[in-house]
Amino acid sequence: MSQLVCKSLCPGYDGKEILHSVDFSVDAGDYLCIVGENGSGKSTLMKTILGLQPAISGEILYGDGLQRNKIGYLPQQTVVQKDFPATVKEIVVSGFCGQNGFKPFYSIKQRITAQNNIEKMGISHLTKRCYRELSGGQQQRVLLARALCATEKMLLLDEPTAGLDPIVTAEMYSIIKSLNDSGITVIMITHDISAALKYANKILHIGQKLFFGSPKDYREFQSGLSLNGGCEK
Amino acid sequence: MSIFSTIAQYFSYPYVVNAMVVGVLISLCSSLLGVTLVLKRFSFIGDGLSHVAFGAMAVAAVTGLTDNMYIVLPVTVICAVLLLSGGQDSVIKGDAAVAMISVGALAIGYLIMNVFSRNLRSSNLSADVCSTLFGSTSILTLSNTEVWLCVILSVVVVAAFIFFYNKIFSVTFDESFAKATGTKTGLYNLLIAIIIAVIIVLAMNLVGSLLISALVIFPALSSMRVFKSFKSVTICSAALSVGCSALGLLISILLGTPVGSTIVAVDIVVFALFSLLGLILRGVKK
Ligand SMILES: Nc1ncnc2c1ncn2[C@@H]1O[C@H](COP(=O)(O)OP(=O)(O)OP(=O)(O)O)[C@@H](O)[C@H]1O
Ligand SMILES: [Mg+2]
Repeated sequence: MSQLVCKSLCPGYDGKEILHSVDFSVDAGDYLCIVGENGSGKSTLMKTILGLQPAISGEILYGDGLQRNKIGYLPQQTVVQKDFPATVKEIVVSGFCGQNGFKPFYSIKQRITAQNNIEKMGISHLTKRCYRELSGGQQQRVLLARALCATEKMLLLDEPTAGLDPIVTAEMYSIIKSLNDSGITVIMITHDISAALKYANKILHIGQKLFFGSPKDYREFQSGLSLNGGCEK
Repeated sequence: MSIFSTIAQYFSYPYVVNAMVVGVLISLCSSLLGVTLVLKRFSFIGDGLSHVAFGAMAVAAVTGLTDNMYIVLPVTVICAVLLLSGGQDSVIKGDAAVAMISVGALAIGYLIMNVFSRNLRSSNLSADVCSTLFGSTSILTLSNTEVWLCVILSVVVVAAFIFFYNKIFSVTFDESFAKATGTKTGLYNLLIAIIIAVIIVLAMNLVGSLLISALVIFPALSSMRVFKSFKSVTICSAALSVGCSALGLLISILLGTPVGSTIVAVDIVVFALFSLLGLILRGVKK
């Protein structure tokens, strides 16, 4: 049984469709990359899956023990004010907030898990540092550690490597890969086709033509695109 | 020695003790949410809401309601909810919305007062207006019911803040992540809005509507100069706020200066000190 199935899903804003009828499914342990041009609607699709944006039509089904509020999320841009006083530790543990319902405080177990996630990201030396004083790459890892607290099953990452240098980008990809190997389903938006082809086992291309399938088939789809590229525009 | 005996003498009057209790409680409450408000770019909400409360007071005065708390509190709460509960995706954003409501309420309130006061026993309406704007000595003439109301509301506010501390943090830091992972952001925005409205109505007695923002933001800004974690900033601003208000009240009683402005003046001095301290600490680290 699949963890996440989208059936003829039409995401959009204010009643206007951005994408028409997206179909795909994700099984436990999959690594799905979503690719497409700027403005094609990748982030919108992700927000719709997360329930941040109501779908115009279509269905999103969760299965295999996955609940909607148990999905970890790394936003494309976190609009955090420049002067927000918060330590790395405080931010990472806040990933548990949604699961706790009306329970006011985090449990000891949650605090320990948060600490473990910080270690997994290789940023334990920053635990007590203030978030706003970190570099972009370090901030990205903090947010990934937080996303990890929110889930045991599935991570949704919106351009996790945007703005990172090649070395840190490679590190980020290998961290994500190791999370995937430990059994967490990954859905990642990226503009880096070569990384998508390298790591993913499924690719969803968004644009005038939709594509969903294996990386191997995606290569053929791409060459088809460039052959009649003139027709697309 | 003489100054202490003067203070001791003042504290033998119950109205001074009442003023002290109310002042400390109000400043504690208002500082708790100060951090959240500053970060949500709602520094001026205090002003905005207090002008709303002023408008509501005008209506209450004109309709001849003796205890205007019954009009002022609900109206202010409704406006706070309208302003804040929209959260990230409200149509008119933060500062613009606050400015709109604030100026609007001020104008309408003054208009109503002016038009209707001619038919009324136009006694000392302008004195009333002045004391609503700048706070009055009314903190020294609090009735026992008012003191109890203030104590109860403060306890509720502090309890709610502690209970929802972690949620407030998540919602302030990253609303869309909180929502995506199942936090009821709408509910907490509403809660924050209600708490703020209650605090502002309470605080109007202390410093008046023009100076409320100072009570809300100065302690938060001061502690943000020095501390780095949300927890320490919150605790420090609560402590600062209580200390400054107590000191300000004391000074104003001793020297006979206006209560509100004295408290704010103390807050400003502390802000300057903390800015300096922040600079020194940062310099030491380098
Ligand atoms: N809040 C909004 N209201 C209305 N339309 C929006 C909103 N946000 C985005 N859009 C529109 O939806 C379309 C898709 O935007 P989206 O952010 O999903 O693109 P994207 O594929 O993530 O692009 P990028 O690669 O630049 O991140 C764009 O044409 C954009 O103009
Ligand atoms: Mg995007």
